Amino acid sequence: MLPELFFVYFAFAIILLSILVVTRKNPVHSVLWMLLLFFHIASLYLFLNAEFMALIQMIVYAGGILVLFLFAILLVNIKEEIRITRFIGAWPTGLTFAIGIFIVIFVSIKSFVLGQQGTYTIDFIKKESHTKALGKLLYTDFLYPFEIASLILLVAIIGAIILAKRRIKS
Amino acid sequence: MVLSTAVFTIGVFGFLSRKNIIIIFMSIELMLNAVNINLISLSHYLQDLRGQILAFFVIAVAAAEAAIGLAIVIALFRNKATAHVDEIHEMKG
Repeated sequence: MLPELFFVYFAFAIILLSILVVTRKNPVHSVLWMLLLFFHIASLYLFLNAEFMALIQMIVYAGGILVLFLFAILLVNIKEEIRITRFIGAWPTGLTFAIGIFIVIFVSIKSFVLGQQGTYTIDFIKKESHTKALGKLLYTDFLYPFEIASLILLVAIIGAIILAKRRIKS
Repeated sequence: MVLSTAVFTIGVFGFLSRKNIIIIFMSIELMLNAVNINLISLSHYLQDLRGQILAFFVIAVAAAEAAIGLAIVIALFRNKATAHVDEIHEMKG
């Protein structure tokens, strides 16, 4: 009973917070609502027996990406931002499109069949600890994608530096 | 999964109808988070860790995308002094 209660709370909080994120006028408010949203998502991961993912969510998203967003907002002028309208003229089109996608996915979920169960049962993860199991899998079966991910991050670093540095006037 | 769909849909709505380009980036992050919720919950119910590995890679790619996107936004702001998608309508440098 109690886990269901918690899940219902987190589900409603996440939906409410994400609506708040996309509708606030001030981008700083938006970022702060998003911080709360990420905390809620991380606690939802804790309920799903994924402690390591919850921690990564907090560190990478709340600690890294949101600070990046805040810096970008502070560099971009938001003074006139607050005065003008926040949506583009054709926002009902976007809303219709979004509701359409929601209905399509919602109908198609009903015919979803759960596949066969894997070998990583909850007892196994509890015995082995989540981080250890995840790390073993990541560094053995998924080593090649892991290297590709590191390459993507390297490219992102170099690209960001090149894009953001000022042109040297010759 | 309904929760994940709802968050994804809100992300799509924000992506299609906001004016500020930074909010559009945040909508993309919202959609990626919805996918992550779905992956991790299915990985819990299927008792398989592969979904969480995939979510891990999604987080890494989201970090890279945010860094690149915000660098582009800052470069754009330096040239055009605007952060609204309506006022950016030329591709000439």
